Amino acid sequence: MSEQIDEGLRSELQRQGIWVTSMQDLYNWGRRSSIWPLQFGLACCAIEMIATAASRYDLARFGGEIFRPSPRQADLMIVAGTVTKKMAPQIVRLYNQMPDPKYVISMGACAISGGPFKEGYNVLKGIDRYIPVDVYIPGCPPRPEALLHAFMELQRKIDEQKLTGADRAEHLNAAQPSEFPVPAFGAHDLEPPANPDVFEPPKIDRT
Amino acid sequence: MTLESLEQIKGRAQAAVPGAKIDIIPNTGPSQQSSLLIDNEHALAVARFLRIDPALQLDFCSNVTGVDWLERTLKKKVKVKKVVDGEEREVDETTEEKIPGYLEAVYHLYSMTHKHGLVVIRMRTADRADDARLPSLTPIWRSAEFQEREIFDLYGIRFDGHPDLRRILMWDEFQDYPMRKDYREPDDYEYEPTPHDAVLARAREHYAPRPHLDGAENITPQQ
Repeated sequence: MSEQIDEGLRSELQRQGIWVTSMQDLYNWGRRSSIWPLQFGLACCAIEMIATAASRYDLARFGGEIFRPSPRQADLMIVAGTVTKKMAPQIVRLYNQMPDPKYVISMGACAISGGPFKEGYNVLKGIDRYIPVDVYIPGCPPRPEALLHAFMELQRKIDEQKLTGADRAEHLNAAQPSEFPVPAFGAHDLEPPANPDVFEPPKIDRT
Repeated sequence: MTLESLEQIKGRAQAAVPGAKIDIIPNTGPSQQSSLLIDNEHALAVARFLRIDPALQLDFCSNVTGVDWLERTLKKKVKVKKVVDGEEREVDETTEEKIPGYLEAVYHLYSMTHKHGLVVIRMRTADRADDARLPSLTPIWRSAEFQEREIFDLYGIRFDGHPDLRRILMWDEFQDYPMRKDYREPDDYEYEPTPHDAVLARAREHYAPRPHLDGAENITPQQ
């Protein structure tokens, strides 16, 4: 809960039947309880995503059941499946068309790193080369429970976002970019092969 | 109806299409799937014969695929009679035959009418040049259309007479033929915690101008 209200005073007031909250808590509660994902799937992970949304796992319990067919109405992009190099520019374009605040879940081994197709010539080695990713879920494909877990992690992240101050949420900071360059189809590969503003290969100590 | 042997099919096809040159490519493996190699000039006529001949009626083309054959040398051991020390003896002699590279398209044919198959036919290009050509068999089997596009996309065989020859899997601006054996993928090596073998070689090559970034080139295979 928010540090703007003293917890003792808050519980005392609640005992008296007065519920006190802050604008930030109310705002984030509303946002995290109605995350509308963009309705698109790329490969077998999409089948698990569909199962997550259907009755047995029921993503609606967390407020995420309204899959939108238009990026203009979506808050969350679930990159569910293998991103081929031919598909990558369309994904980035869809991301750019989503209004702020927007979030990305990279679902499954392929969307994270290329997965079993990493050594191939036609699969992008992770969607995080072009757009920022909030939650990664490993798995091939991840089970619906894993996607629910990722969804809850994202809700936790939204809950902690601040409305004001220097560490406020990215979408409230005009200096933060909300659109990223769409890669072009080159003669041998996508150009550029990765966006250096977003992606940096992990540095490891070899000594 | 049982299918004729390849020799019978070959003989009847050559009789039906004058001038056609058909070879049987033997397959001695467990599958025993020998195939007919058809010359490019008469391929369309031979294919039409295979489709409409009442005894064959190979009306279903289930699969079309490409093969890339690099230039290779065949070593053969031949027993030769030679005069050694004034005496005639049989001596093993190895002969080397250089076979220039070529590309191949392979068609798998079945008959829905007679419920028989499989008959495999092949066509070969003259060389592995960028504009290697073959006649398209899409006019005979419509199902070959997308698969010939795929072969064009991945192997670079141009099919003459194809109604819509474009890349199908890769984007139009792409210039390479990734299923060819001499294809080199773009240098998009990414870090590996424990690179080895081919990946280590790639890592060394990738980071050679920038050793401070990764340092994989300092790794020895034992590590």
